[in-house]
Amino acid sequence: MSATTPVIELRNVDKSFGPIDVLHEISLKVRAGEVLCLLGDNGAGKSTLIKTLAGVHAPTRGEILVDGEPVTFSGPKDAQNRGIATVHQFGGTYPLMSVGRNFFMGEEPTIGFGPFKIFDRKTANKIAVEEVQKMGITRITDGDRLVGGLSGGERQSLAIARAVYFGARVLILDEPTAALGVKQAAHVLRIVNEAKRRGLAVIFITHQVMHAMTVGDHFAVLIRGAIAADFRKGEKTREEITDLMAGGETMADLEASIEGYMETHDGHAPQMNTAG
Amino acid sequence: MDMISSLLRRPATPSILSLIGVLVFYVIFGGVDLDRLSGAASWVNYAARIGIVALPVALLMISGEIDISIGAMIPAGAMTTAIIAGHYGLPMGVAILGALAIGVVVGLFNGILATRTSVPTLIITLGTLVAMQGIVLAGSKLLTGGASVPLTSPAWAKTIFGDFIFGGSHQVVILWWVVLTAVFWFLAHLSKYGNWIFAMGGDKVSARNAGIPVDLITILLFVGTATSASFVGMCHAILFNSAQVSGGMNDIFNIVVSVVVGGVLLTGGFGSIIGVFVGTITFAIVIKGIDFTAIDRNWANLIIGVMLLAAVAMNETFRKKAMTAVTKKKKG
Repeated sequence: MSATTPVIELRNVDKSFGPIDVLHEISLKVRAGEVLCLLGDNGAGKSTLIKTLAGVHAPTRGEILVDGEPVTFSGPKDAQNRGIATVHQFGGTYPLMSVGRNFFMGEEPTIGFGPFKIFDRKTANKIAVEEVQKMGITRITDGDRLVGGLSGGERQSLAIARAVYFGARVLILDEPTAALGVKQAAHVLRIVNEAKRRGLAVIFITHQVMHAMTVGDHFAVLIRGAIAADFRKGEKTREEITDLMAGGETMADLEASIEGYMETHDGHAPQMNTAG
Repeated sequence: MDMISSLLRRPATPSILSLIGVLVFYVIFGGVDLDRLSGAASWVNYAARIGIVALPVALLMISGEIDISIGAMIPAGAMTTAIIAGHYGLPMGVAILGALAIGVVVGLFNGILATRTSVPTLIITLGTLVAMQGIVLAGSKLLTGGASVPLTSPAWAKTIFGDFIFGGSHQVVILWWVVLTAVFWFLAHLSKYGNWIFAMGGDKVSARNAGIPVDLITILLFVGTATSASFVGMCHAILFNSAQVSGGMNDIFNIVVSVVVGGVLLTGGFGSIIGVFVGTITFAIVIKGIDFTAIDRNWANLIIGVMLLAAVAMNETFRKKAMTAVTKKKKG
């Protein structure tokens, strides 16, 4: 279908825990500079899918391909070394540590020699501030500032900027906008676009259809561990997607749930005040 | 104003304020002579004793864990030294290695249990605390027939671990304390390992995801606390030429209180070595410095209690302060 090989691809991946099948026959692919939105309600198997992609779980059946080559991840570190970075909803940042120290956690630049290597605070702060500014967060100007003083969106953006700086080629974003306000969410969505522009393959996990439609090129809807629909940008309307995600619920329930979603996005609420 | 507000965000500030508060209180209400107090050895010796253990305990607490088995490890270190060198008359070098080895073994045990199980470390180390008390008491009865063992130390051991310096009554452990403070300061605030320890206290899962060897560091930190406690016990046995079995319960609380007064958050992820150093001094001055005041020494515990509550409240406030944006008013 396309000339470029997907950066990451799943082929008929199943995952079961003992007798319980969580994922069935999952096939998906993401190319460089493309955003795949994984939509699904709570309990649809999103977390398991993320953990499989991130090397935490090994698939029970099926295969994972990176750059067209079948791979078996020995663990999360192995996946990271292959350029697969996961940014969790609240994870990846330490509130009581500075921006510079957060950014270089585990990859600290040092000066000095032998046992007297010291953390190079100046360089760390400078690079960290530059990198987050490049991603479009101009409010961070001081690398010594504690991350706890940043907003939720800025913390997410810092974690994403960090992953990008350390050479991530696949960015897995686990509900990055779920706990954020409208403005903050817009912030994170801008960063997602920036990552895409830089040629990263992004897997964006969400249950907020609006956010998915803003940045997604490609969509997959996950229901009870299987891909229920797979379509490209512009092929389906928001209502159709929400319908799919709800997977067979009655229209009334659906409308109520849409209302629930939209309440968190003032200005975008659909005109439906009669839920029953 | 900017300087004050940034100073207020430093983790060592609460401990410095506590120290000033205690000194002012002692001068005003106790009529203390600051010259005599600063020249006195009693509180410095005491500070060194608890301070050497407080340093690794601080790192451990920053990483989000706690170790109360240190209370049993101080007498365990002392008894091991005395039994090997005094009762069996083996060379002092063997006794020193034995004392440190028992610290390493208990530390490994604590650390491995902490990383392999999900039991809170307060409970794990409570277990090893009580167990070690039993081993030390029953063991020394079994081996020596008593709970107090005398020993004689060679001159070199005296000089290095248990002598008086400056020709007065200051003990040599003070130097150990100061040097160890410098080492821990370097470790916590300048080396990358310090970064990792703070991260572990902030968010263990993220730290692990960032590739930090969380389990290994946890085990090493437990080895550090237990070994430093047995080291302190060993120094005391060498200094006083004898060792007794004791509960060491007071030491646990004194050390943990010093660390908390030093600005380390009970929840982990925040604190400083300088703060713990000052916190230890503050604690020692309250306990031992009260003898230089007109205040009845029985009031010392009340002061400690008030100070602890104030320190916890302050730490919480400082943490909140540290989390709020500093750059709001900055332009350009």
